[in-house]
Amino acid sequence: MSNPSRLAEGGRIDRAAPLDFAFNGKRMQGFAGDTLASALLANDVHLVARSFKYHRPRGMLTAGNEEPNALVQLEKGPYTEPNLRTTEIELYAGLEANSVNCFPSVEFDLRAINGLASSILVAGFYNKTFMWPKAFWKKFYEPAIRAAAGLGVAPDAPDPDLYDRMHWHCDVLIVGAGPAGLSAALEVARAGLRTVVVDEAPELGGSLLQRPADIHGESGPAWAAGAAAELDGLSNVLVLRRTSIFGYYDHNYLMAVERRTDHLGPGKNAGIARKRLWHFRAKRVVLATGAHERPIVFGNNDLPGIMLANAACTYATQYAVALGKNGAAFVNNDHGFALALDTHAAAKNLPTIIDVRSEIDPALAKRAADIGVRVLRGSVVTTAHGTKRVSSIDVRPVRGSGMVRIECDHVLVSGGVSPTVHLYSQATGSLRYDEPLACFLPEACRQAVEVAGALNGRFLLESALADGAVAGAKTLSALGRPATSPRAPGGDDLNLQPLWSVQALLGLTLPGKHFIDYQNDVTEPDIRLAVREGFRSVEHTKRYTTTGMATDQGKTSNVIGLAILADALDKPIPEVGTTTFRPPFTPVTFGAIAGRDRGTLSDPVRTTPMHSWHVARGAMFEDVGQWKRPWYFPKAGEDLHAAVAREAKALRTTAGVMDATTLGKIDIQGADAAEFLNRVYTNAWTKLAVGSCRYGLMCKPDGMLMDDGVTARLAEDRFLMTTTTGNAARVLDWLEEWLQTEWPELKVYCTTVTEQWATTAVVGPNARRILRLLAPDMDFSNTAFPFMTFREGRVAGLQARVFRISFNGELSYEINVPSWHGLALWKAVIAAGEPHGLTPYGTETMHVARAEKGYIIIGQETDGTVTPQDLGLDWAVSKQKEFIGKRSFSRSDTSRPGRKQLVGLLPADKTFVAAEGSHLVADASRAKFDPDRGSPSIGHITSSYYSPNLETAFALALVTNGCGLHGQTIQCVHGTGPKPMTVVDPVFFDKEGKRRDGID
Amino acid sequence: MLRIACPWCGDREELEFSYGGQAHIAYPRDPHALTHAEWAEFLFMRDNPKGLFLERWVHTHGCRRWFNVARHTVTHEISAVYKPGESPPAGVK
Repeated sequence: MSNPSRLAEGGRIDRAAPLDFAFNGKRMQGFAGDTLASALLANDVHLVARSFKYHRPRGMLTAGNEEPNALVQLEKGPYTEPNLRTTEIELYAGLEANSVNCFPSVEFDLRAINGLASSILVAGFYNKTFMWPKAFWKKFYEPAIRAAAGLGVAPDAPDPDLYDRMHWHCDVLIVGAGPAGLSAALEVARAGLRTVVVDEAPELGGSLLQRPADIHGESGPAWAAGAAAELDGLSNVLVLRRTSIFGYYDHNYLMAVERRTDHLGPGKNAGIARKRLWHFRAKRVVLATGAHERPIVFGNNDLPGIMLANAACTYATQYAVALGKNGAAFVNNDHGFALALDTHAAAKNLPTIIDVRSEIDPALAKRAADIGVRVLRGSVVTTAHGTKRVSSIDVRPVRGSGMVRIECDHVLVSGGVSPTVHLYSQATGSLRYDEPLACFLPEACRQAVEVAGALNGRFLLESALADGAVAGAKTLSALGRPATSPRAPGGDDLNLQPLWSVQALLGLTLPGKHFIDYQNDVTEPDIRLAVREGFRSVEHTKRYTTTGMATDQGKTSNVIGLAILADALDKPIPEVGTTTFRPPFTPVTFGAIAGRDRGTLSDPVRTTPMHSWHVARGAMFEDVGQWKRPWYFPKAGEDLHAAVAREAKALRTTAGVMDATTLGKIDIQGADAAEFLNRVYTNAWTKLAVGSCRYGLMCKPDGMLMDDGVTARLAEDRFLMTTTTGNAARVLDWLEEWLQTEWPELKVYCTTVTEQWATTAVVGPNARRILRLLAPDMDFSNTAFPFMTFREGRVAGLQARVFRISFNGELSYEINVPSWHGLALWKAVIAAGEPHGLTPYGTETMHVARAEKGYIIIGQETDGTVTPQDLGLDWAVSKQKEFIGKRSFSRSDTSRPGRKQLVGLLPADKTFVAAEGSHLVADASRAKFDPDRGSPSIGHITSSYYSPNLETAFALALVTNGCGLHGQTIQCVHGTGPKPMTVVDPVFFDKEGKRRDGID
Repeated sequence: MLRIACPWCGDREELEFSYGGQAHIAYPRDPHALTHAEWAEFLFMRDNPKGLFLERWVHTHGCRRWFNVARHTVTHEISAVYKPGESPPAGVK
C-alpha cells in the first residue's frame, strides 16, 4: 500500500514501522508517529465527516485539539467511542474508524438536502419552525431532527477498561511543553522545586516539532528532546505526556486526564488503567498553552482541503504529508505568511499566496520570491468552489475589480492567532483586547499563575523561549527562591491587518456559505440575523445562534463570532467582550471521571451481620440509604403481594422476626446528657427512670419535624438514642452542631454505635413465649418487664440488651447483642421460634404493620413542612420546658387552623391501592387534571398499602383540615378517573392498644 | 474546589467539609421574648453579601468540628479561619 501524499523525506514518523488501519471499512496504511488525521491525508483522504446541520462535506481544518470538523467514531462494540478528533488520535495497528453523522455514507449523504433547506435552518430555527401543528413535535419533528442532527453514538455495552484517579500536590505545575513551557520548566526544575510538566502530545516540544526551528544551531526537535531528557532525569519533576489539563478551579486546583493506553489500541492494556484523572493542587502554575490560529470567513470556507496554515505546516513538517500538489494560501499576517513559506519549503506545493495586505515585510517578500512563490497583495479569496474538496478559488483585489479564478487542490488560511486563554479565563483571569495583534491576551489573575509564550502574545520562537524563562524566574521569586532575572522579550508584531469576513470587508454579498462555527454550522448571516432580531449581548447571541457551543467549544470560532457581532452592532470588539470560558477545555470520557467508582464500588454497601442468612433465605432487598435491608422473604411462587400478605398475617397471629440492625444508634454520655436531650427533643427527659425508654421527636428551629426515635436511659448520665435508618448521620451531625456551637458548656459526648449492635425484633402474640425459651433466666412478665423498658440478661447464651418497644402495636422485643454475635442470635431466635409460627419479615411488612397503627415514618409522612401537631403527636410535645422549635409553634402559620393534618383513608374499592404522592381533591368533578381550570389539591397520600389484616387497601394522607373531615368522602386523583376514599382516624388496627402487652 | 485550613487539622480539600451558613447568628437566649417578626428574622433571614462573608464550616470527614471562615464570596479568597466562640481576627477583609 502506498501513501500518495507522503513526502519522500522528513517528518517525525517511523517509516520502518508501517501500521494498517481502516477508515469507513477501507484499508489503508500509515506509520508510527502519525495521527489518524495525518495518515488519512497521506492517503489523500480529505473528506472525513459531514457537518452537524447541513451535512456538508468536511475535512481536517486543524492539526490539534481545536479541530471542529474531523470527528470520527473510533472502534466497535464496548470499545467504541464517539466524536473523537482525528487530529488527536495516535495511529496504531488495526485502528478502525468511521465517519459520524452521515447516511448512508460520508461520500454520498442523503441528508445533504438539508443544505438546500438551509433558509429555514437559520439561527434559532428550533424556536421558529416545527411549531405547528403542536402534536407533530413529539411524533415527527423531534425524532427526525434528532436522527439527522446527532453526532456519534454511545457504546451500548459496559466499558471493559479500568480508569484511575490520582491526587498530586506540587510547587509548580507547568501546562504545555512547547518552547515557552519547556523554558519555564527548566528554570524551576533546576532549582529543585517539586515540579509537574503536563503536555497533551506523546512527545514534548509543541510547536518545536511542527515547524522548522533553529535554537543556537540545534534543530527544534533536538532541543526539545534534550530538555525532555533533562526533566525526565530529575527526581523532583513529574512529566506527564498525553495529558490534557481540562479545568482550572479555585485555589490553584487543576484537573487533567492522562491517556495512558489509547495509543496502543483497544484491549491491549492488560493491567494498565486506560486513563487517569489527575487532581492537582499547585502552589504556582505556569500556563504555556499556546495559541490557536483563526480561519477567515469567505464563501464555502468549509470545503475539505481548506485548512489553517499552521496545520498545513504541521502536516508537512511533523508528519511529512503534502495536502495536495497545487495549493494557495490566504493570509492577513506575517505569522501565517511565514507558515505558508515553511510549508512550501517542505512540500513544494504552494505556488500562490493571497495576502489582504498591500504592504508586506520585505524580508518575507524576498523569501517568497526566492522559492518561487507568487504573492497577490491587497487581494482576498471571495468564494471557494468544489464538491467534496476544494478545486478552485475566486480571488479579487480589495480595491478595484478583476476577479480571477485560481485552480487549486488545497488552501491554507491564516486570519490571525487567538491565544489559548481558556484555562487562564477559567482561573478567573481577566483578558484585554490587543488591537495590533487582534486578539485577547491575559491581563490579570488573582490566582498564583504566570503566563508565557504564545498565550502571552509571544508568538515567535525566540521571544517564546525568553518569555518562558521570565515566567520561570517570576515563579521562583514568588516561592521565595533565588532567581536570575532574564531579559523580558518585547512584544511580537505580526503586522496583522484585521480581516474577519471578506463579505464585510468588501461590503458585498458573496456566493457560497460563509462559516464561522464549523461544528455547529453557524454562518455569518446567522449572527447578523440574530442582531437584527434584537440580540445584543454576546452571551445571548452565542446561545441563540449556538456559536461555540459544540464539542470543540468554539476554539476556532469564538473570536471571529464576536468580531462579526461587534461589526453588526457597530461597537469595538472589547466592548462586546468574550463569553465565559468554562471547563472542560477538552471533552473528558465519563469512564475517566468515574474512575474505580463503578458497579459495586459506585456507592458503599452496608450490610448487617445477619445478611448472609437473608441471602440464603432468598430475601428480596431494598436500599435504605446505603443499607441493604430485606424487603420481603418470598416463598416459592410468591410475589411481593403474596409474601407480604403472609408475613403481615403471621406478625399479628403468631410471631414475626425482623432485622432492625440498621436503625441509627447514638451513645450519649455526660453529666448534662439528660438536659441536652431535653433541649433537642420536644418532650421531657430529665425524669425518665434508668431502665426505661421514651419515644422522642426532634424539630428544627422552624418547628418542622426532622427525626423521631426511641431513646433509653442506660444510666443517670448515659442514654442510647435510636434514629431513623436514613437519618443516623444527619442526627449525629445535628447533635454535634448544637453541642459545639450553641451549648459548649454542656458536658455531653456523642458517639455513633450503629455498627456495634445487631438488633433482632421478635414481634407478635407468641413473642413472649419465644423469648422465655431463649432466656429462661429473665422475667418477661408484663409487671416485671413492662412496655417501654429494657432489661439486660443472657439471651441464647449471649449477653444482650432487650428493649420492649413496638413499631407495630404488637407485643414486641428488640434484642440487641454485639454485632459479632448478631448472626448467632438471629439463628437461635429462628430455631426457637419457628415451631411457634415465627416468620421472618422485611421492610414492606414492617411498613404495612406500622401504617395499620398510624405510626409515621420521617420522610414519608413528613417533608420538612410538617409539625408534630399536624401529625396528631401533640402528646409528645411538652408545654412546660423549652426545646428547639418550640417558639415556632406559635407562629401565625404553624398555629393557624386549616393546616394539612394526618388522616387515614379507606377506598370505596377495597382493592384500590393508591399511588403514594397522589393528590386528593374534594370534588369529584374536578378530580381530573385540568390545566385551564386548575386542580385545587387539598392534600396528598403519604403511605398506601393493602392490609391483609384489615382485608382492604388503606392509606395515610396529609389533608387540609383533615381532622375535621372524618367520615367524609374525598377523591383520589388517579389515571383512570377519581377514586372515592373515606376520611378516617389514622389508627386502623387495635385502636385500644390491647395487643401491645400480649397475654402473660 | 477550595482549600480550607481546619483550625485543628490544617489544610484540607473542600470535599472533606460541609457548609454551615452565616456565622455569628446566635440562637436567641429567650426565643419567646421575641416578636413574630424578630423570630422570623432569626429563622429565615441571612446576609448574602458580594464580598467578605463570615461563615461556618464543619470538618465532616475529618475531626467533625465546627469553625468559622472569613471568605470573599466573589474571589473565594479565605482571609481568616477561627474557632467557634471567637471573633474574627482584627483587620479581616
